[in-house]
Amino acid sequence: MTDVAQAQPKQHLELLKVLGPAHIWALGVGIVLVGEFMGWNFAVGKGGALGALIACWVIGLLYTCVAMIDSEITSTVAAAGGQYTQAKHMIGPLMAFNVGLYLVLAYTMLEAADVQVAGQLIQIGAQNFGFAIPWQPFTILVLAILAFINYRGVFMTLTINFVITAAAFVTIIILLIGTQPWNPGAVLLHKELLTGLPYGWIGVLASLHFGIWYYLGIEGTCQAAEEVRSPGRALPMGTMLGIITLLIAAALTWYVCCGLLPWQYLGWDDELAPLYDAARMLGSPFFTTLLFIGTLLSATASANGCINDASRAWFSMARDVYLPTWFGAVHPRYRTPFRSIVFLIPIAAIFALFIPLAQVITFSILSGLLNYTFMPINMFKFRRMWPLGTIKRGFEHPFHPLPAIVLFVLCSVTFFAVYLGYGRQLLAMMAFYIVASCWFAFHRYRYVKRGNQFTMPWPRPIGY
Amino acid sequence: MVTRYVPPKQSVAGQLFDVACLLALVFGALFLPIWLQIAVPSRVEKLPPGVTYTTAANGTKTWSGLSWEKLGQNPTMQAQWKKLGYSKEKAADIITHPFEYDIDVSGVVLTAIVVLGYFLFMLFMSEKEYRQVIAEKFD
Repeated sequence: MTDVAQAQPKQHLELLKVLGPAHIWALGVGIVLVGEFMGWNFAVGKGGALGALIACWVIGLLYTCVAMIDSEITSTVAAAGGQYTQAKHMIGPLMAFNVGLYLVLAYTMLEAADVQVAGQLIQIGAQNFGFAIPWQPFTILVLAILAFINYRGVFMTLTINFVITAAAFVTIIILLIGTQPWNPGAVLLHKELLTGLPYGWIGVLASLHFGIWYYLGIEGTCQAAEEVRSPGRALPMGTMLGIITLLIAAALTWYVCCGLLPWQYLGWDDELAPLYDAARMLGSPFFTTLLFIGTLLSATASANGCINDASRAWFSMARDVYLPTWFGAVHPRYRTPFRSIVFLIPIAAIFALFIPLAQVITFSILSGLLNYTFMPINMFKFRRMWPLGTIKRGFEHPFHPLPAIVLFVLCSVTFFAVYLGYGRQLLAMMAFYIVASCWFAFHRYRYVKRGNQFTMPWPRPIGY
Repeated sequence: MVTRYVPPKQSVAGQLFDVACLLALVFGALFLPIWLQIAVPSRVEKLPPGVTYTTAANGTKTWSGLSWEKLGQNPTMQAQWKKLGYSKEKAADIITHPFEYDIDVSGVVLTAIVVLGYFLFMLFMSEKEYRQVIAEKFD
């Protein structure tokens, strides 16, 4: 007889409620901050430096809407799985299955990108000391260590994230100071390096695609909803502080990198670590080492948070029998969804080893974008089915329905942005979700208990 | 009174089959199109006027007529490229491969139909399933 708790009612081991606002901030920013150290620069490749800056602002608006909507719904539906559990209660099982997959793939691909960067960065560091080594073993090593940490427990995982995220953020600030922003033209050469809009406004539109990368994953805060001590306080506070941190970090990153690197170099598909390269331009071993460490820490923190989030979403789906129930087990000692953690690691490893960075990132972005498109639909239904005052909400976001409308419009435009330059990859991703939806609707759903899908202590929704 | 749906219990073999289906889907739909270079970014090669190159059997390019100015790089940009360890020949491999944004209307329409169709199918099926869930939970 196994000593593991299976996903059967009355035999659940529950996840530990140990997290506060600082952990939520760390979970959100820890996953996303890597977007300042790598990946955002592909927006420069699609639209030029100024195009990427405009994308940063426009997508910042998109994420402000995401944070507003997410804070209200997540603080009300405080359960593991985040948007997945929300979709189950407001739209229906097939939507929930898809949202679960969006989360799993967005985080697993982000994790793959993170460990690819970590491995290649270690290779670059070794080359600087005269050692020619392959990067792949280091990618696998980083992934294995992080999987082990996650296997051992969420508190340890997110406490480590808090420390390394804060350290990585500080390296950006120190680099900014090193570039003497109070003395334009001395180190930062924006006047000479900025070239307007090389592709015109169509390029600005196209760059919205990678503009998502500045912030992708902040919605991961709600994955830990079931493990938070006070969801109504910690989730909105942690998420909003996270968005503010990222807006500042994105602006600083753009300012430093675009003042030091030619835009074609910055936006090239093989450009791995723009902040690290910006530090190299200062010619100082201190800054080069600092940003090497910062990039490595941010990639590690992000991968760490992604393993946490992807496994929670996978675990939640298995617990509801949307996936084989074998994955719904909680470790009897560490109280973690250990089988889900272990299962997703090889998938991340294969994509990290064999798929180019910009394309791994695009898979993550597309899954995130599909998730954001679901959010306004979710918000409209939530307010219609349970109007204000009918159920207890942890937080009520202002100006409804404006954020939902703005979010829906921006998501539609960003789909077009992905189409520009990455149209076939968009179609490949849609093919995946369409086939997966048919698989669920016509095969898997027969194993699902209907009434068990609704677990919140709410009254019957209006209209049903 | 609504009749409660009692789902069949899935065997271990059935669970393994479902896992295999999902893995096949991930690798078939996402990994293979990239691995086989079917879904690649739409960059094109655009050489500045008067610039050409020949490629040797070992892949080495020999450029003619190439200069930093023809690549559109001012003296500051040139200095930054050099600090990064790039010669003009090496930089040319990057600079001469911009994105191509010619919009193919049929492609846009097809993609829009696929995305929209996916959401409509999902919302339609979800609504049907959700009504069963609510009926079983509250009736």
